[in-house]
Amino acid sequence: MILIKCPYCGERDQSEFENGGEAHVIRPKNPESLSDKDWGEYVFYRNNPKGIFYERWVHSHGCKKWFNAVRNTSTDQILKVYKVNEKRPDLSEFQNTLKSPSGEPSVGSGNFAVKK
Amino acid sequence: MKKKYSITSLIQNSLSDNENWGKMWRSPNPKKHYDVVIVGGGGHGLGTAYYLAKHHGVKNIAVIEKGWLGSGNTGRNTTIIRSNYLWDESAHLYDHAVKLWENLSEDLNYNMMFSQRGVLNLAHNEHDIKEIKRRVSANRLNGLDTMWLDKKEIKDLVPIMNTDNLRYPVLGAAYQPRGGVARHDAVAWGYAMRADELGVDIIQNCEVKGIKTDNYKVEGVETTKGFIKSSKIGVVASGHTSVLAATAGVRLPLQSRPLQALVSEPIKPVINTVVMSNAVHAYVSQSDKGELVIGAGTDGYNSFTQRGGYDVIEETVRAIVELYPIFGKMKMLRQWGGIVDICPDASPIISKCDVEGLYFNCGWGTGGFKATPGSANVFAHTIAKDEPHKINAPFALSRFSDGRLIDEHGAAAVAH
Ligand SMILES: [Zn+2]
Repeated sequence: MILIKCPYCGERDQSEFENGGEAHVIRPKNPESLSDKDWGEYVFYRNNPKGIFYERWVHSHGCKKWFNAVRNTSTDQILKVYKVNEKRPDLSEFQNTLKSPSGEPSVGSGNFAVKK
Repeated sequence: MKKKYSITSLIQNSLSDNENWGKMWRSPNPKKHYDVVIVGGGGHGLGTAYYLAKHHGVKNIAVIEKGWLGSGNTGRNTTIIRSNYLWDESAHLYDHAVKLWENLSEDLNYNMMFSQRGVLNLAHNEHDIKEIKRRVSANRLNGLDTMWLDKKEIKDLVPIMNTDNLRYPVLGAAYQPRGGVARHDAVAWGYAMRADELGVDIIQNCEVKGIKTDNYKVEGVETTKGFIKSSKIGVVASGHTSVLAATAGVRLPLQSRPLQALVSEPIKPVINTVVMSNAVHAYVSQSDKGELVIGAGTDGYNSFTQRGGYDVIEETVRAIVELYPIFGKMKMLRQWGGIVDICPDASPIISKCDVEGLYFNCGWGTGGFKATPGSANVFAHTIAKDEPHKINAPFALSRFSDGRLIDEHGAAAVAH
């Protein structure tokens, strides 16, 4: 369970929010000329990084407003919260702490990153 | 040397305080080159190596695991086995697995503790009844042993269940008697031991950092123990599959989320079947040690932390206590999370991809354990022949562009 700072209401428990998946996914402007593969990519494929992730949240048990967040999925640390009309922050603003694809020591579990 | 387990070996070893059992598999240093490299030492990966060596005569195989065998979702699930899925494709795949489960202890000469104690799926409202009865009929057309039980029959099976005095009363259930549970570690260890005997190198504590490709063809894997060359790579890394795929420039339609489970303090036998309820999200069975094994849901957002939110456990425990008031004062012993890879249609991907020699067995989401032997069996076929077995042909990546989805959200929902 994590705390999320709604840009309108302030810090609230994550259970008040719903996650809307990857942010900044743009609907193709020319669906009629897309191949099945490209359309499938738009409908079904989303980034799934272990590390810095741009995502959408809605404060469904609060102000009901949508907003974006940048979160490190390996630690659940929220690095930035911004409104939907604000510019997507650049990846270089954030430090990705991961040293390997799994981001873990050779022995151990993902909890390591959180415990320290 | 082939290790045989029998009553004689048990007695012999007990005479020496069980000090002389010996190692179940070697721990070799990785060679420079393998014909096939399997990434992921869980049940699915080890099973794949076993079937590749046993059925397809592949001699030079390595299984590479970043932790210890079965340290991922193989050792973290609630061990439920069933095949009562709605669509033909799924019923064939999961029942292929159940049939292999039924002979696995003998095949591997290692006790899987496979217990066909039956699986109940409860209905709590009109919609559940219609949905579940439809599934029972579909299952029967596929030759499965699923049946509809009314409330009295459920009470006879699970007398401690509160069917009436709760917010969502129990109105009926689907029951699959051939379903049940198995020992999760035994699956990894049994496959590992027999694969090792067939010459498979099992390399633990070695992390694959990336998959090297050249012009859409695999060349090998970069690991913490150096580069290993191979022209065929099978990735079976559950929650981390998309992370590995990205190193080969492959995108997969997967989202990784924590899935939690918990066990209680051990008590005397009170529940001798597996009971699942999608509507109130409660599923429970009792282990041989007497602990209640409880499966919670996934968190509502992507994460690789192997923890999961407390509110998710709370929701499950609330439903369990309402369904079984007798458990109200019980203490929970421990809780854990695993990272599952969820596919848009809640069905797995067992498939080739655009990169030659790169194969994926992933997307099992919240319910891969039950399929372990079947999945390993058809994945080995896919890798050996470079084309899918007829059972896993529908589970190709191409379904996300041609639209032939196998939508099992209904059969699986959260309790998969
Ligand atoms: Zn708000």
